[in-house]
Amino acid sequence: MRESAAFDTLTSTAVRLGATPALLPLDVRGLTFRIGNKNLIDGLDLNLDGDGITTIMGPNGAGKSILLRLLHGLIEPTGGEILWGGNPLTKDTRSRQALVFQKPVLLRRSVSANIDFVLSARNAACVGRRMDLLDLVGLAEKATQPARLLSGGEQQRLALARALATEPEVLFLDEPTASLDPASAHVIETIVAGVARRGTRVIFVTHDIGQAKRLASDVVFLNRGQVAEHTPARQFFEKPRTNAAGAYLAGQLIL
Amino acid sequence: MQDFAEAFGLAFRLVLSGDGDLIEIVLLSLQVSLTATAMSCLIGLSLGAVLAIARFPGRNAILIVVNALMGLPPVVVGLLVYLHLSRAGPLGFLGLLYTPTAMIIAQTILITPIVIALSRQVIEDFYMEYAEQFRSLCLTRRQIVQALLWDARFSLLTVALAGFGRAVAEVGAVMIVGGNIDHLTRVMTTAIALETSKGALPLALALGIVLMVIALGVNAGVQGIRLTASRLAYA
Repeated sequence: MRESAAFDTLTSTAVRLGATPALLPLDVRGLTFRIGNKNLIDGLDLNLDGDGITTIMGPNGAGKSILLRLLHGLIEPTGGEILWGGNPLTKDTRSRQALVFQKPVLLRRSVSANIDFVLSARNAACVGRRMDLLDLVGLAEKATQPARLLSGGEQQRLALARALATEPEVLFLDEPTASLDPASAHVIETIVAGVARRGTRVIFVTHDIGQAKRLASDVVFLNRGQVAEHTPARQFFEKPRTNAAGAYLAGQLIL
Repeated sequence: MQDFAEAFGLAFRLVLSGDGDLIEIVLLSLQVSLTATAMSCLIGLSLGAVLAIARFPGRNAILIVVNALMGLPPVVVGLLVYLHLSRAGPLGFLGLLYTPTAMIIAQTILITPIVIALSRQVIEDFYMEYAEQFRSLCLTRRQIVQALLWDARFSLLTVALAGFGRAVAEVGAVMIVGGNIDHLTRVMTTAIALETSKGALPLALALGIVLMVIALGVNAGVQGIRLTASRLAYA
């Protein structure tokens, strides 16, 4: 993999933005998402500013994945508001974001055709760019293989490459390494860290405390659909402010 | 029983000798049914895809109607097309009655609901899997339909072949609008009906054998495509 060379060919966010209004800061106020009579997200407030990698952590059922989907506009909130750069979420806002799902959903096509699909949807079809992306995720040699015959780690890397093909200003990742071996997870982490250095804002859901320590600049700890704490990563891991976060880091069941 | 065995023997000799009349009838049948299938796919696959992804008031009613139309009796279709194409009908000026074109129209009407209903189901299953990803990529509806049609291509080929099977095997519609005219509109099914009524079992059986071979060939083709698709992880 020619990581550094491949990174160099990706357009940096600063160059890409030009006169486009910035998506950040993100301002979430009183966000609620209800199913039946249960609030899965319950009056959540959150502010994120311009750069770095934010890790969203919390116990199962805390609402992490739902929060990502709400922020990306895949589902509609029941209440509250989400403001990107002071503006409500629109299709234009969403087109400047990308989400990598926990379980990659790949088209029934070759590896390169999966990238080409996104590039041509964005009117950016270009063999050179496709190969740069595949180089970046170490799949250039498998370009002609059916995507669904790749290993789990390779599929996730392809999903990440496909997300990067949209040149997102904000990249959401929903536990992308949950079912990967350490080597595959390391590759994903390296790419994500590189992308963040190039100016893409990364919002990353993970249960992997080691991974969060390696990547995160700040941690949003969710519990029962609310932000229990939002602190710089070092502070969160050394001295969490809430008992729930402390218990979570200690591996205790939070009831 | 002896006559039956004798007729079988004659039928095989007709098939093996490449009888001219037989070949003409088989080729016309294939031409009519393959063209009707192509027309139905052109109309039905896109409509099926739109019904699969779109949500609008009355969608369920449309689905019920389309599903019901899958069971359209061929003679009813034949009658409706006849009424439109006959001299007194609104399209009588086209002079299409008793031509292969009329037969193609009738078969297209007959199998298009099948193609719409089956492709809608196939594409909806694919869409359930892809929907969130497509939404994340901010694709237009047109891009979604194109992507689904391409990714479901092997399953949709099965749908097309199901339509072809229905078209090539029906007799009522083509009999009414084609008229079973020798060397002009005589196809396998109408010829079988005619020869059987005349007591000329060998030709009827020979055509029946060809029809069965085509049916087996179609099924073998579908199976082969599905196995290949599974092996290549495209299915």
